[in-house]
Amino acid sequence: MASLARFRPAARRVPAFARAIQTYADTTQLQDTIEDQSKPFTVKLHEESFRSYQCETPSLEVEVKKDELLKMYKDMQTMRRMEMAADALYKAKLIRGFCHLAIGQEAVSVGLEYGIKPEDRVITAYRCHPFAVMRGGTIKGVIAELLGRQAGMSHGKGGSMHIFTPSFFGGNGIVGAQVPIGAGIAFAQKYLGNKTATFALYGDGASNQGQVFEAFNMAKLWDLPAVFVCENNKYGMGTPAERSSSNTEYFTRGDKIPGLQVNGMDIIASRHAVQYARKWVTEGNGPLLMEFVTYRYGGHSMSDPGTTYRTREEVQRMRSTQDPIRGLQRYIEEWGLATEQELKQLDKDAKAEVDQAVEEAKQSPEPLIKDLWTDIYYKGTEPPFMRGREREEVHHY
Amino acid sequence: MLAPRLRSRLPAFVSSVRDHPRQSCRWQTTASTAVEPPPASGHSSSVASSKLLRITRESALRTPGIVWADEEPVRNIVGGRETRKMNLYQSVRDALSIALAKDDTAVVFGEDIAFGGVFRCTMGLAEEFANCAAGRERVFNTPLTEQGIAGFGIGLASMGHTAIAEIQFADYIFPAFDQLVNEAAKFRYRSGGNFSIGGLTVRTPTMAVGHGGLYHSQSPEGFFMGAAGLKIVIPRSPIQCKGLLLSAIRDPNPVIFMEPKILYRSAVEQVPIDDYAIPLSRAETLIPGSDLTLLTWGTPVYHCESAIQLLNSPPPSLAPLIPLSLRSAKVELIDLRTILPWDMEAVVESVRRTKRLVIVHEAGMTGGVGGEIAAEVSKRAFLRLEAPVRRITGWDVPAALQFEKFNMPDEIRILDGIVETLSY
Repeated sequence: MASLARFRPAARRVPAFARAIQTYADTTQLQDTIEDQSKPFTVKLHEESFRSYQCETPSLEVEVKKDELLKMYKDMQTMRRMEMAADALYKAKLIRGFCHLAIGQEAVSVGLEYGIKPEDRVITAYRCHPFAVMRGGTIKGVIAELLGRQAGMSHGKGGSMHIFTPSFFGGNGIVGAQVPIGAGIAFAQKYLGNKTATFALYGDGASNQGQVFEAFNMAKLWDLPAVFVCENNKYGMGTPAERSSSNTEYFTRGDKIPGLQVNGMDIIASRHAVQYARKWVTEGNGPLLMEFVTYRYGGHSMSDPGTTYRTREEVQRMRSTQDPIRGLQRYIEEWGLATEQELKQLDKDAKAEVDQAVEEAKQSPEPLIKDLWTDIYYKGTEPPFMRGREREEVHHY
Repeated sequence: MLAPRLRSRLPAFVSSVRDHPRQSCRWQTTASTAVEPPPASGHSSSVASSKLLRITRESALRTPGIVWADEEPVRNIVGGRETRKMNLYQSVRDALSIALAKDDTAVVFGEDIAFGGVFRCTMGLAEEFANCAAGRERVFNTPLTEQGIAGFGIGLASMGHTAIAEIQFADYIFPAFDQLVNEAAKFRYRSGGNFSIGGLTVRTPTMAVGHGGLYHSQSPEGFFMGAAGLKIVIPRSPIQCKGLLLSAIRDPNPVIFMEPKILYRSAVEQVPIDDYAIPLSRAETLIPGSDLTLLTWGTPVYHCESAIQLLNSPPPSLAPLIPLSLRSAKVELIDLRTILPWDMEAVVESVRRTKRLVIVHEAGMTGGVGGEIAAEVSKRAFLRLEAPVRRITGWDVPAALQFEKFNMPDEIRILDGIVETLSY
């Protein structure tokens, strides 16, 4: 019967954009004229910025501040520059192994940070570099970690997927494994009586992992202050969401957990939704599902050119019409908050900052051989020794 | 040549006590035909009669290696302490109660544990630590969701809490295998020491119960041997269990604590009621000897004890098979207690003295812990060994219900291994 396979008609290509939500990055409108640029002013999001499941959608009117928008612009630009630097270092063979870049998804990582508080907790999967920096890490620390150097945030022992800060519980290499861990973190927050939230992020690919549903169930059962955030960049590795998920409306997949679908390309919408979600879970309403509809410009990882399962035109169209950085740039210019010249300067600053961090990271030495053996067991509780390849390499604690 | 002969006699020996149908003794009363029914627990000698169990207060308080966890060190005297008779599940409960009372961040969770758990290890614990005023529970049921329980516990521990999870049977730990091996074991290492989930302890009942069958009688400790960063502990008795469990809970590394389920009720000791610890990664020599080292952990400790007794004073049915010259052999019995990282020093030191090693565990031989130990001992004591290291283990088969007693390394098989190794 196997031979019949070749008579099977080619699978029908499902249109990748069968969604009601729109993901343009520049559809937010200024409500009234800005008289004093130092004061907050109101803007109105596009009415298709959100869709909700068993809860109200956030209001479309959002208060923003000039300083904040400029900072967000600078941060997004810096994150993109950092990822581009990682890309270049990888192609120069200075970074080896696995490396997943988030170019195109900046409005999620930066928007998240601007919507939460320092004492909140974040845990995500392997596409983690921007989150690590936004949560208190440094670009040098991230790049050095990718390069496997001592100055890396995990001292060169974690690599691309394993970068941590005190409020950021890491990238995790196993698809979906971070989600139940996020539930545990949220439980600790509830146990301590803190009015803080845990944001557990995963991709549209990971959303089909069994343990994600296990975590949903526990979180709803115990009303944990957890926001489960699906970063839907439309492809789980090389498989379009429509071909992997029976229900691609990821914000509705929590059963009794309410959900919110968000335009993840407009950072004003992203940040606003994050604030809404944070308020929802810290006010004791139990968990919330969030789906950011976003897009990655690059491949899944460095070994994936990202053009075998989608057309170059599709990527090009997303880049030219829905780019989150360009969108914010347009707001800033149209609303008269800064000139093109001033924004160009911010771009240059971002590039210079990343270039310097890369140079510093390159200067950092590789980890010492002795650190091969540290942090396996808690210091002082190790076995008397651990094996090396030969007698001389046996490490005695 | 002796051992094969012994083995050939095994079926006869076993059948003489095992295979006679129960009904025959109900109405046949004459001495010539009456056959005793097999005891409910099978023919392995009873754990209850073991000399390894400390059934008096004085012996309990003199347990080797015990470390009292008193706030004031002045009470460190044997005289003033009390013990209570407990079986193994009661000692688990006692340890959990102490851990919860002394550590406000400690929580206990697992499937059905709020009303005691399937083995009663958490009886009354939820009521004892119900804190309704604060609106939080410290002992609570989880859904039937092993991978979720492990991940949840890891997240909780990563916040600095003491997370004591129960996986209802060790056989169910496999869905959680990824979380334990990939997340728990590597959390500290991959974060360059920035994060610790040392507060995580996963308790789980392990080993055969006699009638557990495929999914309730396995011993999965060997699967975790490659997960550096984890510790695996298996206690043999109530005193050991309480001390080792408290050590495991307070150890700054994630620990999988496997409790031999058949011992929950059958192993009874006088257990000190105070807070104490028994250090991890230390093997304990239960019976000193000079001619052969018998290394085991968990339930087979008692089968090994019986095997040594059979060797030293064989019953008439076995006597012709045990050469007189071997009956006075002094076998050293060691309980490994911590399986990872194991006490290589103590085991190798013993084998260097005795020159022979027999390892007993319930898990199958292939890929079992015994192979790892045998390889290391062969390397470190190669020139001292006078016989190959021998492993007496479960067969490499699933633990099928009706064959479970055949699968377990009982005292006859251990005796066979000892005799063969001594006469090699």
